Amino acid sequence: MKVYAIAINTFKEVIRDKIFYSLVFFALLLLGASMLLSTLTLGERSKIIEDLSLSSIEIFGVIISIFVGIGLVGKELEKKTIYIIISKPIKRWQFLLGKYLGLALVLLSYISVMTACYMLELKFYLNELPWQTLMAVLLIYVELLTVTASAILFSTFSTPTLSASYALALYVIGHMTEDLRGLAAKTGQAGVKAVLNFVYYFLPNLEDFDIKAKTVHAIPVSAEYILMSVSYGLMYVMAILALSVLIFQRRNFK
Amino acid sequence: MIRTEGLKMEFHVGFFRKRVVALKGLTMEVKRGEVFGFLGPNGAGKTTTLKILMGLVYPTGGAAWLMGRPISDSSVKRNIGFLPEQPYFYDYLTAAEFMDLSGRLFGMRRKEREARAEELLDMVGLSGAKNLQLRKFSKGMQQRIGIAQALINDPELVVLDEPMSGLDPVGRKQVRDIILGLKDKGKTIFFSTHILPDVEVICDRVGILVRGELRAMGTVDELLSGTKVKSVEMTFAGVSGENLSSLERMASGTVTRGSETTATFGDQEAARAAKRLVFESGGEIISLIPHKSSLEDLFMEEVGKRK
Ligand SMILES: Nc1ncnc2c1ncn2[C@@H]1O[C@H](COP(=O)(O)OP(=O)(O)OP(=O)(O)O)[C@@H](O)[C@H]1O
Ligand SMILES: [Mg+2]
Repeated sequence: MKVYAIAINTFKEVIRDKIFYSLVFFALLLLGASMLLSTLTLGERSKIIEDLSLSSIEIFGVIISIFVGIGLVGKELEKKTIYIIISKPIKRWQFLLGKYLGLALVLLSYISVMTACYMLELKFYLNELPWQTLMAVLLIYVELLTVTASAILFSTFSTPTLSASYALALYVIGHMTEDLRGLAAKTGQAGVKAVLNFVYYFLPNLEDFDIKAKTVHAIPVSAEYILMSVSYGLMYVMAILALSVLIFQRRNFK
Repeated sequence: MIRTEGLKMEFHVGFFRKRVVALKGLTMEVKRGEVFGFLGPNGAGKTTTLKILMGLVYPTGGAAWLMGRPISDSSVKRNIGFLPEQPYFYDYLTAAEFMDLSGRLFGMRRKEREARAEELLDMVGLSGAKNLQLRKFSKGMQQRIGIAQALINDPELVVLDEPMSGLDPVGRKQVRDIILGLKDKGKTIFFSTHILPDVEVICDRVGILVRGELRAMGTVDELLSGTKVKSVEMTFAGVSGENLSSLERMASGTVTRGSETTATFGDQEAARAAKRLVFESGGEIISLIPHKSSLEDLFMEEVGKRK
């Protein structure tokens, strides 16, 4: 109930914000642009539309989850709205969870709007609806959930600007973890190996959520793979949120 | 209702972790049903004390109790209302939505939340702004909605950090009336302020905090009972010539306006002598006002004292 109250108000706060609108607007613009671009190029139209559309859904989603996500907790601390909340009978974990769920709801509406437009586009121009493209969108959503959770984690102990850089770094490195492991196998130095292995095991393996290329090239992805990836993502989210709560519980609000 | 014992708070600031002591062992008590004014200059540690009581920061030493329960026990929050210093709220929520959120956090039922929000917004004079987003609120309106949200749960103990700041004289009077109204209902009010005239009017007891130490605590009368009459102001008419000049010599300052002269005397002795002289020279006394030390003088004195 209290978690729900926080989540709903977080949702309202975000979707009434102009920043959010303009991000969604640009994402939709990019979707439209992908159709135009597809007519100009020589390759298969469907590939280009799918590739560009999925990429823009992901990129704008990441921007929303990092910048809005950090703002959520960071702004509360900076502007001290948190004083009002925490002085009421709500546990700190309830507050944090509410914030997270509110943002997850925002991202869900973003993804739904984008997907609906994307589907219309496919139906209209190609007259086909590959189911795997829906799965690709689902995995993008799970990836966004992971990135949002880490954005919240960073903002429990760091300033908004720093947290944004951390979260961005995590997103980039999260897509390179396989390379890092390859490096770890090759390197001779024990210290470097340990660090690389640590990064490999503790950072989310975001590449797992990326089936865009396969989807575009019509390489099938098994249902088990998708199920596994979704469970991995959700487990990762829970672990990060638990860690965030541990840190948040101890901190002083200045 | 509130009790603290040897409350200490240290901060470490900057790159070199320089130590800042905000509270040096604060021991105090606020009794049930009283209006307690917590005074102190900027940086005295008032806000820090309130934040410790509300569980926003953890003290580095000492202990505190609210309604007989240690502050770590969050169940007491159910009966407490809090207004932070310079409150800031969610930009995009309307006043009504914000009140609703506050009510939900207390687990109040919908009917109850709505009725209470209505009543409180009316009390602070914001019923007209119910559906306005909070970012469009003026500073005074923000302060009012802050007070309204602090009372949503009909709390036993109300803790306010500078409730009068940012308000115009009318607003300040309203807040004073709200506080007195709460007192009539048997609530306990603990608030910090720098606005001393308000304190003299509404507080049962006050505490003066200076640089993290409690310098004085008691009723306004108790605190001022040791102080004597500071000066006497006498206005008279009908005195002239030599007598007027000697009156002027006795006074520490005079102002003449038309046929009336107002003279200020350093103590009552001088004032008595002057009074005799006015009578002897056939003049008349229009007014005679002794000035006692005010809370403000006491405050200035405590702040000025070097430790
Ligand atoms: N988060 C913090 N980090 C470092 N120092 C702090 C912090 N919060 C408060 N202080 C210091 O503690 C002291 C007391 O501050 P506090 O805000 O409690 O004063 P105050 O009595 O409320 O003052 P004001 O009347 O200006 O509101 C100040 O010296 C301040 O610099
Ligand atoms: Mg203060």
